[in-house]
Amino acid sequence: MSSEKTTERQFPSSMRFLHWLMAALVLAMLCIGVSMVASLADYHTLVSIHRPLGTLILILVVIRFVNRLLSNVPPLPPDFPSRERLVAAASEVLLYTLLFVIPLVGWAMLSAAGYPIVLFGSVHLFHILPRNLMLYAFLRKTHTILAYLLFIAFVAHFSAVLFHTWVMRDGLFERMAPWRVRAR
Amino acid sequence: MEREVAKPSAGTTIVRMGAIGIIVLAVVGVFLSLGAWFSPHKLTPARFTDAFQEINGVHPGFRRNHGKGVDVTGFFDSNGQGARLSKAQVFTGGRFAVIGRFSLGSGQPYVADAPDTARGLGLLFRLPDGEEWRTAMVNLPVFVVTGPQGFYDLMMASRPDPATGKPDPGKMAAFFGSHPETVQAFNVIKSHPISSGFENSTFNSLNAFRFIDANGNSTPVRWSLVPLQPFAPVAAAGADQGDKNYLFDALIASIHQHPLQWRLLITVGQPGDPTDNATVPWPEGREQVDVGTLTLDQIESDDTGVAREINFDPLILPAGISPSDDPLLSARSAVYSQSFTRRAGEAKEPSAVTPSEVQK
Repeated sequence: MSSEKTTERQFPSSMRFLHWLMAALVLAMLCIGVSMVASLADYHTLVSIHRPLGTLILILVVIRFVNRLLSNVPPLPPDFPSRERLVAAASEVLLYTLLFVIPLVGWAMLSAAGYPIVLFGSVHLFHILPRNLMLYAFLRKTHTILAYLLFIAFVAHFSAVLFHTWVMRDGLFERMAPWRVRAR
Repeated sequence: MEREVAKPSAGTTIVRMGAIGIIVLAVVGVFLSLGAWFSPHKLTPARFTDAFQEINGVHPGFRRNHGKGVDVTGFFDSNGQGARLSKAQVFTGGRFAVIGRFSLGSGQPYVADAPDTARGLGLLFRLPDGEEWRTAMVNLPVFVVTGPQGFYDLMMASRPDPATGKPDPGKMAAFFGSHPETVQAFNVIKSHPISSGFENSTFNSLNAFRFIDANGNSTPVRWSLVPLQPFAPVAAAGADQGDKNYLFDALIASIHQHPLQWRLLITVGQPGDPTDNATVPWPEGREQVDVGTLTLDQIESDDTGVAREINFDPLILPAGISPSDDPLLSARSAVYSQSFTRRAGEAKEPSAVTPSEVQK
């Protein structure tokens, strides 16, 4: 965090844009994922959205990670306890990791199953693993467990932001607010 | 600038904490309800697959339905005639490698061959650039139910009574009473003579699909594989001579003699032909387009063959073939996938038709 010299309170607009875009996509993806495995009637339609959307999220998270490395990050509110700083940093690492690993496991698992990974029409992804059914079964389970973990991490993130905004009222949310907040 | 925000009073804090709690619970509740966590009676792919296991037992490594089978390979010679209906590469002409699997429609992988058990043929056509067309066909002219709930209910009604080893006639009568479409479908099935073996069976897509041509026009279709091997009526009772695999053994002997061939016929639907009801045949006289010839010339046990590792999901389709509005299609895709995932993680037990049996 090399932002001593700046008074900017918000993440740069590129980071905020990617955050909210991915928030919408990832929430939709979690809902599609949990619905499709429980649905007979909508299974095919939902899977047909799940594959290209997962691919898009994988691309976006790579762009977002690079952008994060290149961007100035605004400081946390001044009276933020150091233990919470640690939790905030760790949860950011966890979320980035899950957003990257879950689609990658999805891609690997479909490869190990030997499925053609159709995105749309005749456009499909190449395989990143040779066919191996045992490996597929393991990755398939891993995909579900990590997705539930991501949902739990999302709920924790969401709860923490609500807590800071409504109870602590420390202006934490404004750092990532989709609208412009003036520097002070 | 210093913006001093008044810290809320203790009472306000409790109310706000409560509101956060309610919002978070609602979010979690919606998420889990999408996953059918709170609807234990909803028919999900997992529960459907559980039903197969409940009735047939769990046979590690085997498909939960069509568990008994043999693997075949060969090729499809496309004659180009299908290109006017579908832009799929498989219809443009040329030869495409095919992997297949003949099977019996039972959840028990060691079931004895019987003439009236449904015969399945799963096929995977390898197309250029990694595209695939997979199809799972049966030797029945129509399917016996219109949707997954009907299939589940029929499976439950026809489940053998542990006391008699036969389905409970009362439950079957009740099912037929509430499913006239199934009674009709069985009448259609009975009017089609059963052939003597796999090698001279006609296999049908059952479900309707849509072919999309190069201009984006969509045509409802069904397809059939019609054998070049001459029809012979089903053998009289006792022809199996105690061989539990007599249908498979006949197939093995026949493929060792000469490659087996089928013509792929596309039946072109007319406006008004039902695409969402697999129990109803389309009217006689619909145009049929011969799009090429399937040749199967190699056979292997399910223990060693490559088809063992393939899920013949009927919705793995190339560009140019799309699902119809038949509700069975998505349900089949979902349940096949569930069955595949379960068996993928299990060490497979030896198949009924062994590698040495296939050498003969």
